[in-house]
Amino acid sequence: MPNDSRDKILRRIREALSVEAPKRHLEHGGERSFSHPPQDWLPRVPEDIAPLTALFEKNSKDLKTEVRHCPDAAAVASELSALAQEHGWKSVASHQFPLGTPAVSSLGLPVLLTDHPYSKHDLERCDVGISGCDCLVAQTGGILVTSASAGGRALSVLPPHHLVIASRSQLVGDLADAFALLRKSHETIPSFVSFITGPSRTGDIERILVLGAHGPKKLTVLLVS
Amino acid sequence: MSTESLQFHRDAERLTHDLRHRGLIQKALGGYYVKRDEQKSKYTDWQMARASAAAAKYEAVNHLDKYLLELTEKLEARGTKVFWAADGIEAAEYIASVARKAEVKRIIKSKTMTGEEIHLGQALEKAGYEVVESDLGEFIVQLREEPPYHIVFPSMHLTRGEISDVFQKKLGSAPADTPEELTMIARDVMRQKYCEADMGISGANFAVAETGHISITENEGNARLSTTLPRLLVSIVGIEKVIPKLDDLAVLLPMLATAGAGQNMTCYNTMLGGPREAGETDGPEEFHVVLLDNRRTTLLADPEQRDALHCIRCGACLNVCPIFKNIGGHSYGTTYQGPIGSVITPHLRGLQSWKHLSFSSSLCGACSEACPVKIDLHHHLLQNRRNAIAEKPVWWEKPIFTGFAWFMSRPALYRFAAPLLRLGGPILHAIRGQIFDPARLWTGTRDLPPAPKQSFKEFWRERNAKR
Repeated sequence: MPNDSRDKILRRIREALSVEAPKRHLEHGGERSFSHPPQDWLPRVPEDIAPLTALFEKNSKDLKTEVRHCPDAAAVASELSALAQEHGWKSVASHQFPLGTPAVSSLGLPVLLTDHPYSKHDLERCDVGISGCDCLVAQTGGILVTSASAGGRALSVLPPHHLVIASRSQLVGDLADAFALLRKSHETIPSFVSFITGPSRTGDIERILVLGAHGPKKLTVLLVS
Repeated sequence: MSTESLQFHRDAERLTHDLRHRGLIQKALGGYYVKRDEQKSKYTDWQMARASAAAAKYEAVNHLDKYLLELTEKLEARGTKVFWAADGIEAAEYIASVARKAEVKRIIKSKTMTGEEIHLGQALEKAGYEVVESDLGEFIVQLREEPPYHIVFPSMHLTRGEISDVFQKKLGSAPADTPEELTMIARDVMRQKYCEADMGISGANFAVAETGHISITENEGNARLSTTLPRLLVSIVGIEKVIPKLDDLAVLLPMLATAGAGQNMTCYNTMLGGPREAGETDGPEEFHVVLLDNRRTTLLADPEQRDALHCIRCGACLNVCPIFKNIGGHSYGTTYQGPIGSVITPHLRGLQSWKHLSFSSSLCGACSEACPVKIDLHHHLLQNRRNAIAEKPVWWEKPIFTGFAWFMSRPALYRFAAPLLRLGGPILHAIRGQIFDPARLWTGTRDLPPAPKQSFKEFWRERNAKR
């Protein structure tokens, strides 16, 4: 279909913008907002790792995200097999990542890897999706995943349980820090980026909170020191 | 009166007296106020955060051409097809042509108010496609064949009983009486649909010019699934959704969550930069972005009200509006309800047909105060009133005010007539609101206070005489 409207719309925009709009947001002291970077007006975040971890844990708890600690990378395998027992996992989906792969293969369960072409129907039948992430955001209790760090776009949302394995050094303060990290660790921002803040939820029926609306009903973070 | 105005007055009159409806809305919003205030109190400075968010949107809207071109260039560089649509018909025709070319059968939609605005779902159904709404609230109102009640909470006017009824009737499910059970029924139905659908359609909360990403905010995960599993993806984006920088999201995403639903951050905030890339194993093979004008440029051309395009569709102004809380979302008859709907609908659909919405306001300013991007909503309602009257004056207003001014500037006449009015008071009171009351449009729903026994002038004279 030919796209004739592009120039028409641009012409209308330029015509409209020939008259300036008043900057009403700067009135009544609004100008003072420029004295700091915008994120400084949001909820405060501590700088040290201990209170930052505590803030992430508190926000996670409020969101009903389960956080479990692993003293070292070796402990991930035992924590994972305890979780497998607890939830009766029969099949697992994951991808190749240093913190997770050894522990996932030691489970002795069938593993679907999303690094290679896979069937969405098979992934839908897995009990859990185990992935890495780019970083954890303390201010919101969020997890930043990208297609590069979390085994594609579907692994972290299709199975009914999403488990993230992250190192404590991946903890950042706020969203601005998360974006700075994204720019540093990727040449171009990946094609898919998502902040996951708690397990899937809805309040569409009488505004009562229900977990597991369409995405995972459970979200677990294994935090490796 | 326009037919839209008649419908509005009829529905508003009916719902205002519906105490069950009012109870439902008060209960739903009561929880929202508590959570919103709790989240707002955590901000270092909410007012400064509002000013920052507004500054980001001001920059975008007032350089719209530049940022739209940057966005288009960045999206196209990664293989996304960008289509500029002047109106809803053009957008729907393009999306239908994409579906036809790719031999699509089933379409799954995540929530998009822009899609709602151009009746995209209906247009695609008419073209022969199965279109399923995946957002739970939208799915419920789709089954009930109703428009969304609220831009953020589409089914907030329904009880679990009503939802169970429509599920039994349309899905053949067993009766259920908890929100959990009902949500799981929808989840099971939808899981099938995600895997079967060939095409996903989404809206966008923001579009980042700097990096070429469409940002989608949601709680349920339905948008992530709808934009990931089908082989085709179309995102419909109003041209005003563009923002300059990725970092702008660091403020806009938390503020949208707090103002919209009293959340710290919405559950999923997803940024899509293109279709499946080389080396990736999932995601859509084709990604189309439709940039929609649909008279947004008309609003842009009004510098006085241009800031209405800053709107991030959080719904905060609806939640605090005394009119919305009494008449409900459906009475408006618009895609966008509440104060923001009353401000922008006259620009999008015609001032004379929709001016009545701007007159239906208490001008209390609660909306302007709630707005996270500082849109001057209640003044815009006043400007709409002024513009509507200037464009099409009411013929009897001028003679009435001329007569009134003539009368009021003649003290002798006033002194003579005032006691007569006092005598007529009881008669006016007796016929108040009835068919022979000449002022019944006003008095039908308002009290007529009894006239005082003496005027101030008489009182003053008497008081001084006593001294």
